[in-house]
Amino acid sequence: MTERANSFDAAQARERCRRYRRRILDISQQVSALHIGSAYSCTEVVDVIYTALMRSPATKSPDTFLMSKGHGCMIQYVILEELGILSRADLDAYCTPKGKLGVHPDYGNPGITAATGSLGHGLSMACGMALAEKGRKTGGTIYTVLSDGELQEGSTWEAVLMASSLKLDNIVACVDNNDFQSLGRTSDTHPSFYPLVDKFRAFGWEAAEVSGHDSVAIFEAITSRHGSKPFMLVAKTTKGKGVSYMENVPIWHYRSPNKEEYRRAAEELENAK
Amino acid sequence: MRNAFSEALYDEATKNPDVYIVVADISPAGSMAKFSSQYPERFINVGVAEQSMIGICAGLALNGCQPFAYTIATFSLYRPFEMVRDDLCYQNLPVTVVGMGAGVIYSTLGGTHHTMEDIAIAGAIPNMQIVVPCDPAECTEATRWCARQKNGPVYLRIGKAGEPDLTRNAAEPFQFGKLRYVRRGNDVCILTYGVITKMAAQLADELQATGKSVSLVSCHTVKPLDRAGIAEALKRHKHVIVIEEHVPQGGLAPQTKQIAWDIRAECRLDTFTLKDAFIHNYGSHEDLLASHGLSIPQISAKIGLG
Repeated sequence: MTERANSFDAAQARERCRRYRRRILDISQQVSALHIGSAYSCTEVVDVIYTALMRSPATKSPDTFLMSKGHGCMIQYVILEELGILSRADLDAYCTPKGKLGVHPDYGNPGITAATGSLGHGLSMACGMALAEKGRKTGGTIYTVLSDGELQEGSTWEAVLMASSLKLDNIVACVDNNDFQSLGRTSDTHPSFYPLVDKFRAFGWEAAEVSGHDSVAIFEAITSRHGSKPFMLVAKTTKGKGVSYMENVPIWHYRSPNKEEYRRAAEELENAK
Repeated sequence: MRNAFSEALYDEATKNPDVYIVVADISPAGSMAKFSSQYPERFINVGVAEQSMIGICAGLALNGCQPFAYTIATFSLYRPFEMVRDDLCYQNLPVTVVGMGAGVIYSTLGGTHHTMEDIAIAGAIPNMQIVVPCDPAECTEATRWCARQKNGPVYLRIGKAGEPDLTRNAAEPFQFGKLRYVRRGNDVCILTYGVITKMAAQLADELQATGKSVSLVSCHTVKPLDRAGIAEALKRHKHVIVIEEHVPQGGLAPQTKQIAWDIRAECRLDTFTLKDAFIHNYGSHEDLLASHGLSIPQISAKIGLG
């Protein structure tokens, strides 16, 4: 359990997330592909973890955040910028020869604890990290965010099975359940996969399901967990959340807005103040 | 050799609380059982789940530990290949992937259990180091080195059981990244690594019986290869023979030929490897090697001995 905030300011969280989305939108104009929809769907989840759950994320935290769905890391970058771990110049040079940040997180960059991008790797690495923290008795918690498409990887289920078998109660994982992958709705391609929480419980995890855009619900679900098992939060989210024309439209998994689309999105995010 | 490995690893784990072993449902031979009972929290059996074996090792190393992944070579390198590449090599983590019973040691289990192209595959990945000890004593040295190094990932290719002691009177100690002369001679030089060094030593004996002065070299560090050492061997000997339990592509043989070309070597150079073909026949380890031309009579005939 965390020693940090025991209350959560919903208005502040809303404003932070609006600001993060706005910043991501600006950066989207630098490149043709940055998985904007995937970052928008897990904005609130990643914000809650960094802002309200991890202890001293800007310095040397005993806790670790691992972005298993590497393609959503734009939200991690903007939060790391806000925390002063990445610089404004780092983000301004995103995906350019002068910069060091790419579309997927690269180990060695400030604040990035693992290189991801290929799906199905993060949860096993989180298990190893959780074991290391237990071995050293640091009390460190490993937070990780997975995509729902990533749950189709067999390797993810190897890790799900190992986390509970090894009693890794210091793992807090969230599935960004936006119900979309590149080619369509996840619930269409894999209808028998739902409801997700049952699958994790059957594998020995504690699991809860909340709206993934309700920061207070995310915070409360995680902080009120029993804590004797690895914990999985199934966050029901909307891909492209925050910009009306992106929401639940698969093309925004990948592409960046053109000038007119940028203007409309910026207007919507400004009006959301 | 696996007993030497597990004994050495147990010793290292006793000295260093960051040493972990993550195994994939492999029988705890020798000191492995001691490790698991003495340090149960650092002995992780993932079961038949090799992708998570590698991923868990990566996570342990990311948070400061010194893990070993251990199972039969095909399952430690081939099955979780992308985890080896991305999690270990791309992130350059000090994880040792132990390929036990590599080559065609599992001679009755069929091609699914053979590891004939592992050096080429592991060697193709940036950051990966490859160490292949030739006998139990060298395996002990190699294991100790792996447990203490922080360079990055290692593929440690080891045998199974019954390898003879070849290095007791070796001319040189084990040193990572350097050729190791087990014997020093002037006429013929046999370059080899791993379990098949036993056959190379027999060939060296036969050559010596004909009055030749023979060097026998354990090229235990296959990557990074001691290129200067190979060049020196090619210059110093009239005849160099490479023997390896690996397909013709991507192993020691083609690398030695490349170095020979680069330095315009003038010696005779013969290479003996497994064929570029799967093996569908059964028998002893020696039977399988012989079916691909790796036997003393076949090699002797090719080099004009006897």
